Amino acid sequence: MTRGKFERLGWIFMRVSGFFLIALIFTHLIVNVLQDGGVHAIDFAFVAGKLANPLWQWFDVTLLWLALIHGTNGMRVVIEDYVYRPLLKRILLGGLAVSTVVLIVLGTLVIFTLDPCPAGSPADLLPSFCSAG
Amino acid sequence: MWSWVLHRITGIAIYFFLLVHVLDTATLRISPEVYNGVLGAYKTPIMGIGEAGLVGAIVFHALNGLRIILVDATSWGTRHQKKMFYIVLVLWAILMAGFLPRHLINVFTGGAE
Repeated sequence: MTRGKFERLGWIFMRVSGFFLIALIFTHLIVNVLQDGGVHAIDFAFVAGKLANPLWQWFDVTLLWLALIHGTNGMRVVIEDYVYRPLLKRILLGGLAVSTVVLIVLGTLVIFTLDPCPAGSPADLLPSFCSAG
Repeated sequence: MWSWVLHRITGIAIYFFLLVHVLDTATLRISPEVYNGVLGAYKTPIMGIGEAGLVGAIVFHALNGLRIILVDATSWGTRHQKKMFYIVLVLWAILMAGFLPRHLINVFTGGAE
């Protein structure tokens, strides 16, 4: 891919992903931060309870991928605008790429492999459905 | 000019929060005790004020991002870009006026915990 083509694709991606991220992040904030009690109501039982639902799994994984790629491309543009020393630029861009891949893999694994009812954990820390039946 | 500077600053701030946020969420996988302990760090007044700043940054970045899309994608966008920046600021103030009281009451009264 030529440089021009890549930048053009990035330009389109920022606008399309940005548009969808608005809906995803506002929903994320309303459900998590504007619920009764706000951030105080967020704990393992709440999040694991949500992630037991495939709908929230796919919601969160879409949000994770779009937000990280959108943010990484933004940071790439910022680095290319302000960092002129070739070695430093390569280190920063390399670190950015590595951290993005690690976080996308880690986040995706957590979303899809989380056990909402881990054995041996006190029932009052777990979603209520763990002790039902 | 200012819209461009603010878009960069809010974008960079949101990016660094996102890094930390993926990591704190990943502690779910360790144990309920560890995750609840990590999340406890967010439930302090100082972090609550930081969260207000974060939401302010996200709302600005979202509204100004829509303005950028309109400037790029429409024939009339460039002509009205300044007017649209003022609309962004007004909508930001309205949304934050709705969010802040509810959030700050949660932060300073300990929520439902």
